[in-house]
Amino acid sequence: MLTVEDLYVNYGTLQIIQGVSMKIEDGEMISLVGSNGAGKTTLLKTISGLKKPESGKIIWDGEDITTLSPDKIVARGIVQVPEGRKLFPQMTVQENLELGSFLKEAKKKRKDTLEYVYEMLPDLQKKAKMPAGSLSGGQQQMVAIGRGMMACPKVLIFDEPSIGLSPLLTDIMFEIIRKIKDSGTTVMLVEQNVQNALRMADRGYVLEQGHIAMEGKASDLLENEELKKSYLGI
Amino acid sequence: MAVSITQSLIDGLLMGGVYALAALGVSLIFGVMKITNFAHGALITVGMFVAYFMFAQLGVSPYVSLPITILVMFLLGYGIQKLTINPIITAPSHNQLLLTQGLSIVLENLLLVLFTANYKSISLPGFDKAIKFGALSINKPKLIAFGLVVLASLGVYLLLQKTDIGHAISATSVQREGATLMGIKVERINAIAFGIGVACAGVAGALLAPIQYISPTVGEGFQLKCFVIAVFGGLGNIWGAVVAGLIIGVVESVASLALGGSWSEMVIYLIFILVLLFKPTGLFGKKTR
Repeated sequence: MLTVEDLYVNYGTLQIIQGVSMKIEDGEMISLVGSNGAGKTTLLKTISGLKKPESGKIIWDGEDITTLSPDKIVARGIVQVPEGRKLFPQMTVQENLELGSFLKEAKKKRKDTLEYVYEMLPDLQKKAKMPAGSLSGGQQQMVAIGRGMMACPKVLIFDEPSIGLSPLLTDIMFEIIRKIKDSGTTVMLVEQNVQNALRMADRGYVLEQGHIAMEGKASDLLENEELKKSYLGI
Repeated sequence: MAVSITQSLIDGLLMGGVYALAALGVSLIFGVMKITNFAHGALITVGMFVAYFMFAQLGVSPYVSLPITILVMFLLGYGIQKLTINPIITAPSHNQLLLTQGLSIVLENLLLVLFTANYKSISLPGFDKAIKFGALSINKPKLIAFGLVVLASLGVYLLLQKTDIGHAISATSVQREGATLMGIKVERINAIAFGIGVACAGVAGALLAPIQYISPTVGEGFQLKCFVIAVFGGLGNIWGAVVAGLIIGVVESVASLALGGSWSEMVIYLIFILVLLFKPTGLFGKKTR
């Protein structure tokens, strides 16, 4: 179980995250939604260890991981598919995927995981030898997802995976995320695409200006009048 | 005339190879951590003295002791990065320049203390005779240096293209955050890349040791040349640096034949100015950073 306890994160003097608490149970899929600038990406950077909080804790399976370095957090199985993909464009698709299993434990299983990823994302196998930068946006997103899977994650965190994708590709991608969840991986999905994200999730959190404005079962949130009004325009 | 031009092309190409390897190090370091290493010339000198030390103390030729030179220089580079470069990795570039320039002064003076300012040389019996091809003559140490430079560059190529560490180095140089999120320790990769870059300087130095006199300040001339070549090839583009190194070697040699030795340096810097004016991203540079 991943728990965030009363987290405060600053950028300079600006308080971006103001007392966020949340938890993700094993095997669960949660969606964190909120508008631009609500602090979603900052929260994820803090979970991944790229950013250190002012106060508060992040606990993974009873261990305080708040101050661990990013590689230690990846080694614990908490892996991020970052916003904007952040691929290595001059390297081939396969090399990108292989770097997903850079750490020791994942490297041991590299061959099997790669097979599994290609099975799940067959398009990537066809493009294995192409530079990742030459692929279309949708395919690049698949590479980023595949690269995240290569780390053998226990929790896979997606930061705005639908950004820049056509509605059709968005559906395909959400379908892949659902498959990943069904295979037993805990999923945290961060999205601006509120309706899609909440439809797939078990539970949801709404982040507004650095704090959790609403939380609960995803299906309840979808029925929430306030949320409907501010995010779904209904 | 035709003979002397061919001769000067050959000499230039052979020296250009050594420049290429040294500049490859500058470019690799810049590509990964966006720092121009102004201690590179001094590190070439350190490489010379490592080779000289093993020659003078143990009677081992620089070619035989090359693996040890590589190891020593890699560890030196790794240590320098951890202790001095890493703390200023996010500092403004003029501060970084001061630091690497300062390193250069420290290294030079350390060599002065250890080895005095007296000129030294390595003469290898049997290597002083040139190989003759009709009217052309090829200096043996330069030919061997070129051959070993090709091998060393190939080694760097294989390391970067075929190993996980190499991939991690390339990944870090283009997408630091993406690399971090894959569990790659960027700080460690920086130190390894710096170590490889310094090892390139060390190999260049060791191979130059039998070709020219050795003194603690001899690297200064190479410092600027390496920088010019790295910029010419596109900073961060290590294969651009190799091509640019060969070009600069040939230009220097031909210019000194046509205009005289004292002019050849000027031609190089003239090229540098033209590159900065008209193609500041270098021969093969695509994007500005």
